[in-house]
Amino acid sequence: MDILGAQLVNGLSYGLLLFMITCGLSLIFGILGVLNLAHGSLYMFGAYIAYSLTATYTQSFWLALVVAPIIVALIALAVERILLRPTYHLGHLSQVLLTFGLAYVFHDLASSVWGSNVLSVAVPSSLAGTATIFGQAFPVYRLAVIFIGLIIAVLLWAIQEKTKWGAIIRAGLSDKEMIGGLGINIKLVFTVVFVIGGILAGLGGVVAAPVLGIYPSMEFETLILALVVLVIGGLGTIGGTLAASLLVGLVETFSRFLLPELSMFLVFGLMAVILVFKPNGLLGKQVAHS
Amino acid sequence: MKNTYVKFLISFLALASTPFILSLFHLNLLSEILILAIFALSLNVLVGFTGLVSLGHAAFFGVGAYTAALVAQHFSANLLATLGIAAFVSLLFAAIIGAFCMKVNGFYFLMLTLAFSQMIYSFIHQSTNLTGGSNGLSGIPKPEIGAFSFANPVLVFYLVLVIFMISYAVLRITVKSPYGQVLIGIRENETRVKSMGYNTSLYKYSAFIIAGVFGGVAGTLYTYFNGFIAPSDVYWTMSGTVLIMVLVGGSGTMLGPVLGSALIVILETIVSSYTSLWMLILGAVLIAFVVFFPKGMVGIGQSLYRRFTNKPSVVNEKKSRAA
Amino acid sequence: MRTDHILTISRVGKSFGGLHILKDISLEVKKGERIGIIGPNGAGKTTFFNLLTGDLEPSVGEIYHDGHNITKQPNYKRARNGIVRTFQKNNLLNELTVLENLLLVLQRKQGFGKVWYQLRNIKKYPRLYEEADELLKKWGLFYQRNAVIKNLSYGEQRQIEILLGVAMEPSILLLDEPTAGMSQSETDYIVNLLYKLPRDLTLMIIEHDLDIVFGLADRMVVLYDGGVLAEGEPEKVRADERVNKIYIGSGDELVC
Repeated sequence: MDILGAQLVNGLSYGLLLFMITCGLSLIFGILGVLNLAHGSLYMFGAYIAYSLTATYTQSFWLALVVAPIIVALIALAVERILLRPTYHLGHLSQVLLTFGLAYVFHDLASSVWGSNVLSVAVPSSLAGTATIFGQAFPVYRLAVIFIGLIIAVLLWAIQEKTKWGAIIRAGLSDKEMIGGLGINIKLVFTVVFVIGGILAGLGGVVAAPVLGIYPSMEFETLILALVVLVIGGLGTIGGTLAASLLVGLVETFSRFLLPELSMFLVFGLMAVILVFKPNGLLGKQVAHS
Repeated sequence: MKNTYVKFLISFLALASTPFILSLFHLNLLSEILILAIFALSLNVLVGFTGLVSLGHAAFFGVGAYTAALVAQHFSANLLATLGIAAFVSLLFAAIIGAFCMKVNGFYFLMLTLAFSQMIYSFIHQSTNLTGGSNGLSGIPKPEIGAFSFANPVLVFYLVLVIFMISYAVLRITVKSPYGQVLIGIRENETRVKSMGYNTSLYKYSAFIIAGVFGGVAGTLYTYFNGFIAPSDVYWTMSGTVLIMVLVGGSGTMLGPVLGSALIVILETIVSSYTSLWMLILGAVLIAFVVFFPKGMVGIGQSLYRRFTNKPSVVNEKKSRAA
Repeated sequence: MRTDHILTISRVGKSFGGLHILKDISLEVKKGERIGIIGPNGAGKTTFFNLLTGDLEPSVGEIYHDGHNITKQPNYKRARNGIVRTFQKNNLLNELTVLENLLLVLQRKQGFGKVWYQLRNIKKYPRLYEEADELLKKWGLFYQRNAVIKNLSYGEQRQIEILLGVAMEPSILLLDEPTAGMSQSETDYIVNLLYKLPRDLTLMIIEHDLDIVFGLADRMVVLYDGGVLAEGEPEKVRADERVNKIYIGSGDELVC
C-alpha cells in the first residue's frame, strides 16, 4: 500500500509535468496548425538552462524557475520569427518538417554546450524531504510539482475562459478564419501563442530537472509522450489535456512499476486504441483535419 | 519505352562494374546506399505517392531485419527462407498496423505510425531472450543458396544490387500503373477520387502494405550486410532519417529517394570524420531543403536542366517522370 | 419498392449535434427526370446532395436507388453504381493535368486500376488515351489536354468539374451550382452543355440562377429551413406565394 501511494504521487506529478508541456504543444497545433516537433527541445533547454543557473551562476532554483522559462520563451520567439513566420506559405506539413529538422539541430547544440553526460539539478532545500499525509511519507518536491501543475491548469483555464485573449484563442481553435475576420492581427496571435508554448515548455523543463534528470535525447522521450497526451486528450480543451496527461502519467508510472517490460508498449497501445475508437480524443471536439 | 529498358540496363551494368573499381570501403558504402535506397523508395510509396506522411517506417525495417536474423540463427540461413519469411512477416505487421492507421488522417496518421513503431521498438528492446534486448543480435550467418554462401562483401553487394534493381523495377511499375495513378489522385484530393468511385481506403491500405513489405526487404538486406542488428535501427530516429532521405532526394519521384539515400549516407561518412554533430548537419540539411528546394535534389536537377536547355517546363516534367 | 423510380427518398433527415439541417424529406425521382432544387442559403441543399451521394449518412430515413436500399452504402459504391456528383466549389486534382484527371475517371469505368491484375504502365492502354482525347475534343477542351488544372481559368476548371461527372456515365448526375462564379458567356456555354446531355440521364441541379433552372427542370423542389416548402412543375412553383415570399425575404430574384 505504501508503495502504491508513492507511485500514485509519482504518476500524478509526472502527469502534471506532461500537462505543462502538452498544453503548449496543443495550443500551437490548434492555433498555428503546426505540430511543433521541436517542442521537446524547448523543454530540454528549460532543463539545461536550469542546470547552468543552479550549478554555476547562482545556487537558486527559484531564480532558475523564473529565468529559464524566459530564456526559452526568447528562443521560441526567435524560432517563430525566423523559421516559421517566413514559411507559412509552404503549408503546415512543410512546417512540421522544419520543426523536425530544428529538433535535430537543437539536440546537437545542447550536447555540444552541455556535453552528453547525465546531469542533475538539486531539489531546492525548502522542498527537500518528505511530508506525511494519511500516515504515509511523500517527497515534498513531487507534491509541489502537482501543486504547480494544478495552478497552471487553473490559470490557463481562467485565461482561456475569462479574458479577451482567451476568447481570441478559443475562436481560433474553432475557426481560424474568424480571427482574421475580427480584425485581429493573426501574425501577432501566432507569435504570442508560440511564445506561451515556449514558456510552458521551459517551465516544465525546470520543474522536471530535479526528478527526471537531464540527459541527451530527453527531449524526444518527452516529446513522444506529449504527442501521446495530445492525441488522447484531443485539441482545444484544457480539461481534455489535463485528463489525458494524468492518465498517461499514471499508466506510464504504474506500468513501469508493475510490468516494466511493457510500460512503453502499454502507453502507445492506449494511444492507438483511443485514436482508433475516439479519433478526436477523450474529451476533444471535432477538429478539422488539415 | 525501349529507352527505359536501355537506361535500366546501363544503370545495372555500371553498378555491377563498381566492385572492379571501388575500394572495399567504398563498395560497402555503396551497398549501404542501395539498401537504404530500397527503404526510402518503400516509404516514398506512402509519403510521395499517396500523401501519407509516416514517422514510423523503421518498424518494418526492424521487423524484416530481426525476422531474417532470427530465421538465419535458429532455422536456416537459406536466402529464400530468410528473405521470404522476413517479407511475409513484414506484410503481416503492415496489414495489422495499417488496419489501425487507415482510420486517421494527416498528423494523426503521423502520430499513430510513430506510436506503433515505438511499440515495436520497446518490444524488441525489452524481449532480451528473443531479440538480445539493447545488445541486439550479432554473429548472424550470411545468407546462402545451397552450398553457395554470400560470404564476402562483394557477393553481398551483388545480392543487394540485384534485389535493389528488382525492387526499383517493381515499385516503378506499381506507381506508373493505373493503380499508382489512383494513389497519386488520393495524394492530390482524396474526396474527389472517392467520388470517382474508388474505394480509397483499400488503395491506401494496400499502399501501406506494399511499403511495409519493401521496408522489410530493406531491413533483411541490412541484416545480410552487417551481420548484426540492434534496436537503434528500429528507433524513431531511423524513421526520421529515411523520411529525410525521401524529402531531400525528392518525394513523389522514383529517382529522388535513391539520390537522397546516397546524399545522406555519403554526407554522414564525410561529416563523421570531422565532427560528432551529425544530427545538427542532418537537421540543417532538412531545413534548407524544405525552405529552398521543396522538390528535393530531383527538383534542383530539373531546374538546372531547364536553365541549360531553355525548354518549356512541361516537356521537362514529362522527361523527369519517364526517368 | 417500385422500380419505375430510379431514386426514392423516404423521410430522410440529417442533424448535427442538436441542429436539424434537414428534416423529413421525401421525394421520388423518375428515370430521365430533371429536377431543379432551389432555396435560400442554408436551406440544406448541399447537405441533401451529400446524403444522396453518401458523403454524409442520414440521421433518419432511407434512400433507394433502382429499388435497392442504399442508405448505408459508402459514397464510392454509389458513384460506381451511377450516382455521381459535381461539387459546388471546384474540387479537382489541381496539381495534375486535365488528361490525368480524366484518365482516372475512365480507367475505373473500364475496370482498369483494379488493384490486383493491372500492374503495368498506364501508357500501355492506348484505348484509354483515345477515349480521353475524344471526350476532350467533344467538349472543346482538347487544347488544354496537358495543362495543369491549377493553371486553368476558373471557368475552364468548372467545365472540367462537369466533364468528370459526365465522363463517369452516371445514371443520376447531381450538379451542385454548375454555373457558380462564372461570367455570363461561360454560364451560357455551360447551360448549353447541360441542354445537350442525353435525355435519359436523370439530373438533379442545385442552382442559384433561377432562369437557368426553371428552363432546364421538369420539376422543381424548393427547400426552406431544412424541409420541402414546395414541389411541382416549374410554372406551379413559380406562382407559389410562399416561394415568392421567401425569395423576396432573402433578396434573391425569383422574377425572371
